[in-house]
Amino acid sequence: MAKYKMHILVCGGTGCKASNSGGIAKRFEEVLKERGLEDVQVITTGCFGFCEKGPIVKILPDNTFYVEVKESDVETIIEEHIVKGRKVTKLLFTDPKSEKHIEDSKHMGFYKKQMRIALRNCGFIDPENIDEAIARDAYAALGQVLNHMTPESTIEEVKKSGLRGRGGGGFPTGLKWFFASKNKADQKYVVCNADEGDPGAFMDRSILEGDPHSVLEAMAICGYCIGADKGLIYIRAEYPLAIERLKIAIKQAREYGLLGSDIMGSGFNFDIELRYGAGAFVCGEETALIHSMEGERGEPTVKPPFPAEKGYMGKPTNVNNVETFANIPPIILKGAEWFSSIGTEKSKGTKVFALAGKVNNVGLIEVPMGITLREVIFEIGGGIKGGKAFKAVQTGGPSGGCLTAKHLDTPIDYDNLIAAGSMMGSGGMIVMDEDNCMVSIAKFYLDFTVEESCGKCTPCRVGNKRLYELLDKITKGKGTMEDIDQLKNLANVIKDTALCGLGQTAPNPVLSTIDNFYDEYVAHVKDKKCPSGECKALLNYVINPDKCIGCTACARVCPVGAITGTVKKPHVIDQSKCIKCGACMEKCKFNAISKM
Amino acid sequence: MSKIKSLADLKKMSSEFKSKVDLREKGDTIDKLVQIKVAMATCGIASGAKEVMDFFIDELDKNGISGVVTQTGCMGYCYAEPTIEVTVPGKDPIVFGYVNIDKAREILDKYIKNGELVEGIIPVNYETVDK
Amino acid sequence: MDMIKLTIDGKNVEVAKGTTVLEAAHSVGIKIPTLCHMNLGDLKFVNKSASCRICVVEIEGRRNLAPACSTDVTEGMFIKTHSIRVLNARKTVLELLLSDHPKDCLVCKKSGNCELQDLAQDFGIREIPFDANCAVSTYRKDTSPSIIRDMDKCVMCRRCETMCNEVQTVGALSGINRGFDSVVATAFEMNLEDSPCTFCGQCVAVCPVGALTEVDHTWKVIQAIADPKKTVLVQTAPAVRVALGEEFGMEPGTIVTGKMAAALRKLGFNYVFDTDFAADLTIMEEGTEFLDRLTRHLNGDKNVKLPILTSCCPAWVNFFEYNFPELKDIPSTARSPQQMFGPIAKTYFADKLGIKREDMVVVSVMPCVAKKYECTRPEFSVNGNPDVDYSITTRELAHLIKVANIDFNMLEDEDFDRPLGESTGAAVIFGATGGVIEAAVRTAYEVHTGKTLDNVDFKQIRGMEGLREATVDIDGLELKIGIAHGLGNARKLLECIESGVCDYHAIEIMACPGGCIGGAGQPYHHGDCEILKKRTEAIYREDEGKPVRKSHENPYIKELYENFLGKPLSEKSHHLLHTHYFDKKEVIETE
Repeated sequence: MAKYKMHILVCGGTGCKASNSGGIAKRFEEVLKERGLEDVQVITTGCFGFCEKGPIVKILPDNTFYVEVKESDVETIIEEHIVKGRKVTKLLFTDPKSEKHIEDSKHMGFYKKQMRIALRNCGFIDPENIDEAIARDAYAALGQVLNHMTPESTIEEVKKSGLRGRGGGGFPTGLKWFFASKNKADQKYVVCNADEGDPGAFMDRSILEGDPHSVLEAMAICGYCIGADKGLIYIRAEYPLAIERLKIAIKQAREYGLLGSDIMGSGFNFDIELRYGAGAFVCGEETALIHSMEGERGEPTVKPPFPAEKGYMGKPTNVNNVETFANIPPIILKGAEWFSSIGTEKSKGTKVFALAGKVNNVGLIEVPMGITLREVIFEIGGGIKGGKAFKAVQTGGPSGGCLTAKHLDTPIDYDNLIAAGSMMGSGGMIVMDEDNCMVSIAKFYLDFTVEESCGKCTPCRVGNKRLYELLDKITKGKGTMEDIDQLKNLANVIKDTALCGLGQTAPNPVLSTIDNFYDEYVAHVKDKKCPSGECKALLNYVINPDKCIGCTACARVCPVGAITGTVKKPHVIDQSKCIKCGACMEKCKFNAISKM
Repeated sequence: MSKIKSLADLKKMSSEFKSKVDLREKGDTIDKLVQIKVAMATCGIASGAKEVMDFFIDELDKNGISGVVTQTGCMGYCYAEPTIEVTVPGKDPIVFGYVNIDKAREILDKYIKNGELVEGIIPVNYETVDK
Repeated sequence: MDMIKLTIDGKNVEVAKGTTVLEAAHSVGIKIPTLCHMNLGDLKFVNKSASCRICVVEIEGRRNLAPACSTDVTEGMFIKTHSIRVLNARKTVLELLLSDHPKDCLVCKKSGNCELQDLAQDFGIREIPFDANCAVSTYRKDTSPSIIRDMDKCVMCRRCETMCNEVQTVGALSGINRGFDSVVATAFEMNLEDSPCTFCGQCVAVCPVGALTEVDHTWKVIQAIADPKKTVLVQTAPAVRVALGEEFGMEPGTIVTGKMAAALRKLGFNYVFDTDFAADLTIMEEGTEFLDRLTRHLNGDKNVKLPILTSCCPAWVNFFEYNFPELKDIPSTARSPQQMFGPIAKTYFADKLGIKREDMVVVSVMPCVAKKYECTRPEFSVNGNPDVDYSITTRELAHLIKVANIDFNMLEDEDFDRPLGESTGAAVIFGATGGVIEAAVRTAYEVHTGKTLDNVDFKQIRGMEGLREATVDIDGLELKIGIAHGLGNARKLLECIESGVCDYHAIEIMACPGGCIGGAGQPYHHGDCEILKKRTEAIYREDEGKPVRKSHENPYIKELYENFLGKPLSEKSHHLLHTHYFDKKEVIETE
């Protein structure tokens, strides 16, 4: 049935296209035609994510991976590889460490840039079929723990793995379990925090939708370790599919006896219930989450007491995030040593990021800790959209900060991100290009925090509102240099005095943009200009009288009648009427209108 | 469904299911079986994955192609949803992005029936930890 | 007890484990400012929301500043309470609070008593460094017969919420909305009047600012006094005389009965009477009702309901009408002293004067804000003319005195007028928790046994414990008494009665912690529980100083029965001095 015996895949990603992959593909087709090779097909693909070494050409079925291919190489590849079956060595990727050529893409270091532990089954199994999960070793870790390990030795294993909370705080998971296990009580609880609320972050949802059993299994393991027989998943009601899949998973696990009483004949009992959140960002904070589950107003309380002492219903409670739990079964099965071999000194394993913004390949990626921002943005993410210049990347959602080009080669881990003025957060990663105004970015995040503040403590309730107002003033060109000082002082005080993590980290986007883009703030204040052109209030559309021929097209399209002038004479825009919609500029055929 | 009463039970089941999953419950016809996985997480569904899945189920049947269409979670290529992974007998799995109904028909007609690749391939760029 | 050693501002401090940084600092003379924090010790009211962030201090080794009010001391802590970092943070937080607070201090009811104002003054804030047109929260004002909610002034300290939910278990108030729009409100932002609110006013008593205040009737009283057609009577509750002095700079616990009577006379009231007279009358009616029920019970009558519950406290009446309507035939049917005074004044005394009730105005001075609501209850009026026209608080009386240019401290003591101004020691102790039941026992003893009671001090009944029980030997009959103050404690007692576990004969309940001396109309205690204790001591001192200490021995009460009422529980008494209760749960739920 196969019409083609070989395929030549030419990368059609933005990066490779820019270095003439289109011409290469065309040349391949020409040469094949010349030589009458009809059983070879040329196909343009999506980005291979290895833009640094583009253009990329891959030959199937033998998976040969050629890098930095030029149009002039096409004949050689066809002559040598397609016709004679010999690989073109000079075009193969050279491993910078071993200096050896690597023929097969599967063995290239690049492909190890993404490593899926938490997402191991996402996109692989049918999440509504427990059999497929079991085929991929779901519940094997639970079985091993129940049969061959004590709670103490299991906690020890998790401690040794170096796993830290993936919800943002980065607290060592094993230590958290240890504290909960030490507190004696007639009833304890394991809580899974599935109240994912960072704008743009959706890894928890993906895990619950793609591999719900990994979380159920890990919660049972945690229950065994801390002495709890009840698990609760606090999930936002806006995740209906995740809820549905969890319900199915819980039902199937119960039917198999993998949840319930006497699990796998061990005498251990554990069951899980769902609790729905109404989507308040602050309910991701564990004390607020617990209050919400209890039916109280979802707002944080002072720690101590920590949930490990007094949590849900006043009982010792261990709260972990979805992604944290999803890491547990592989740690048990493959061992702490394996897990701790991945990552950096203090941050082990992988982290899932939701890559978004002005990057070509937005999506969910899982990378080992210690990878650099450059690798993530330019290799996995395929670089900046439209070939624009990279400006900053925002990590950690509204609690994080903006990192700049100088941080591109910083290995990503908990401590480095904090040192650079941002944080890991739950894994949002938003890439910004030259068109993004950093003051507006800070304002965007503050807008979110102001909306999501629970309103309990003064710094967060009033302080963040004032931060927002100051930023708004600056983006409208009404700010003063004193306002920038006030912003800094207020941001630092909020950081220092707010009650919970949400409030304490809310000023981070402001502080990091002031630190890294101070000139941009000053431009808004002193020159009343927005260098990126994003702040509309600071933007003027002007007509260049030298270029304007008086065709009246702009005047006709202006929705507010701000453009006047007589036919065949240069027109003028009345700035007091202009609403900066940009319609005139789009309409002008003579490039006579520009943004100032 | 019977209860799993011990770790040994679980392990037995696991290996049973492993072959089952491989064979997609179609016995020893694996060599002739086309497998299509549709990423059906919120992102996929929102971009029309459900329609694509229905299309393949109907069309494989109509065209007399023995195959199995299953749903799965998010593959991570959110920029290119809906995404599907197609495994044609004897070949490596290939992921296609931006699969609307037209694209799905093209994949069916060209790739599945004729082995002719079509535009829209997404190179898989991650390593999954087995076990 | 485990002791902890730490250093605060360079001073070595040793305190017990479990002490907060705030308390530890206080013990060595370091006064860290607070706003949301309040601890009423024995009354079991602690507001630990840690939400205002005024009390933040620097603790070595901690990344952020810590709230002193809710951080427990640990060994070796090294604390700075006024470093530049702390002072800047505190100042900024204060400025933030002020930036979202109305600036109408000059005309604010709480001016001079406002904790936010005090902080701004102490800190020397002279301008608020935020844009003049920064957003300010605005909410709908809510006026009820007793309490005004002006939530624009709310600083989200949540004291009212803690009081309403945890201490009083009324559950009328809680935080709503998010972020900048957060505010404490009733469910669905209904009017307080339509909510389960009992008007106990304890929220008003703890509010640091002017967000919760009482409805003000002082000007109406001034107008009534100025009206030549009206004969204006005033009655003053027992707890007022032991607290009013505080408004004039006197020590808490100073008894100012004589000065108060003199001031009232100077204010121009035609007759200066005493609610204590009505309290004695209450004992006659309620005591007789109790003895009647008790006798029938002892004689084996199965239909008789015991325990009998006191009914002097209007907030408590509201509480059981809403929360325990099924128990509404247990409380005594006797009206409260305020509401006994009204009808007696407007019938018995008006007849004596030969004037119509419409030409008489009865003003009450109460330690209470619920009394304002009580006198608006329709069953306490005749043809639309209320038995008590205006009820003002102790604080409002102080205002009246100041408005009338009276130098309170210089006044010579004067007596109340007669006949409705004469009272016994039994009436005075109505002002403290346990007092009503003690007064009832003094009379019940003598009436029941026919013997003379030599020692009238039933000390086992007194105290500050929220829930108390005592046994009184009435000549061989063991009378079991339960006492609760604070509605949360009342709830516990009622649940105990409902479940049939308790076998008390009589129960006294007062809505406010401490009884009426801790009422919401009293001078603000600002969180100092000692003030309440001193007022209680003063109440018992006043009792001891009275020549007559049993209600039934009040000569003017005797005269009232002989010349007008006949005997306790007579038809006239029933008509004028007793009431009935309503099921408010049904009303609220069907609305």
